[in-house]
Amino acid sequence: MKTFEYTPATEIGEAVGALGPDAAFLAGGTNLVDLMKLGVATPDTLVDINRLPLRDVEELPGGGLRIGAGVRNSDLAAHPVVRRDFPVLSQALLAGASGQLRNMATTGGNLLQRTRCRYFMDMTKPCNKHEPGTGCPAREGDHRNLAILGASEHCVATHPSDMAVALAALDATVHVTGPVGDRTVLFGDLHRLPGDTPHIDTTLEHGELITGVDLPAPSRNSAYRKARDRASYAFAVGSVAAVLDTAEGRIENVRIAWGAVAHKPWRATRAEEALRGQAPTRENFLAAADAELAAAEPLRDNGFKLALLRNMTATVLEGLA
Amino acid sequence: MKLAVNGVEHTLDIDPRTTLLDALREHLHLTGAKKGCDHGQCGACTVLLDGRRVNSCLVLAISQQDAEVTTIEGLSPHPLQEAFQEHDGFQCGYCTPGQICSAAGMLDEAAKGWPSAATPAGEEPTLSDAEIRERMSGNLCRCGAYANMVPAIAEVAGR
Repeated sequence: MKTFEYTPATEIGEAVGALGPDAAFLAGGTNLVDLMKLGVATPDTLVDINRLPLRDVEELPGGGLRIGAGVRNSDLAAHPVVRRDFPVLSQALLAGASGQLRNMATTGGNLLQRTRCRYFMDMTKPCNKHEPGTGCPAREGDHRNLAILGASEHCVATHPSDMAVALAALDATVHVTGPVGDRTVLFGDLHRLPGDTPHIDTTLEHGELITGVDLPAPSRNSAYRKARDRASYAFAVGSVAAVLDTAEGRIENVRIAWGAVAHKPWRATRAEEALRGQAPTRENFLAAADAELAAAEPLRDNGFKLALLRNMTATVLEGLA
Repeated sequence: MKLAVNGVEHTLDIDPRTTLLDALREHLHLTGAKKGCDHGQCGACTVLLDGRRVNSCLVLAISQQDAEVTTIEGLSPHPLQEAFQEHDGFQCGYCTPGQICSAAGMLDEAAKGWPSAATPAGEEPTLSDAEIRERMSGNLCRCGAYANMVPAIAEVAGR
């Protein structure tokens, strides 16, 4: 591991001010410390943000929720209001990682974790995320678990988070502070597609710090489902987060997000459009998934994700209908 | 830096790169926590940090100067150790300290009513075999002694 300076911060302004050009914030560290061991992340300074006052979950007037960026994944999953009002979020968190990792991992850190593409995790391999222009071996190599939507010739990585897929379906907003002040980012605008700058994961500027995530008042009828290569403790090969409200036999409100299919949590807006006002039947759910998957460009070994996402989407929505 | 382990406060002069696992093993000679994968994938390094189970290989020691660390040495003697012996819940024993620290943390989580991915939606968790397996999935055992760990943990859970 490259040497670094360690700087603990106790105030938000102090943390943001301490972040030099090659520094990184240290939250739970479950991804960052690993990437530092692998030589993928080489910060010259770690600004420890674990003592910042960002550890609360507050109920907002009108039924929403404000989640501090430092709230641990395990605490958030077990929070009684999250379990009652946002089951999709609790289920997504519990589907991710292990008990040990969830006890350290934070809300903000979970959003900013890097892809687990094996070429990205290996500094002996070329990767456009390490250094733009060096190439993407995954396109012809091991890409079984990589993107089918929104990829580019430069990068086919997927975002690894389960939690983020639930937040995409919940229309969350992200609070950010930084050298030029505070701002709010719509969840769908936080992560980006790779294009020809795949080394950039998000729309945050260097030095900006996520302070919290707001959830609007919920529909409690929501669920998360994850497919993976073993029964527990593995990244998704495909996942579905969904919220569904019906009235008089018609779909009033539907929000669908997919995980492990793209460089960002994938909000299935075409599928949602296809379903609004329709009857909540399996046939319609399958047709809606097909509408979304029409834009898919699977690679040699990950075409199975189309059938997986199609069937999982219909099954999750049927369970909510 | 300061590090409080098993109720004793230590002063260490270490590189900021030192993980909690390496600080425990190489500097404090507490070799119960094991280095398996060193990447948070196997759970052999599990210790309790302020009572919560974590992978000590992914924690920087310097960041834990306010915390109380409990290792298998601090936990011992523990009913889980006896139950693992009684039920033959190990073979080579390399993963066992991590399994026991993880199980101790997990039993506290379950006692607080924390759900897991195996908890049916809308229900309160009970430590069924399926729940124990799911909650212990962060600890791998190459010998495959899982079948006997489940009843060992169930016994201590009071089932």
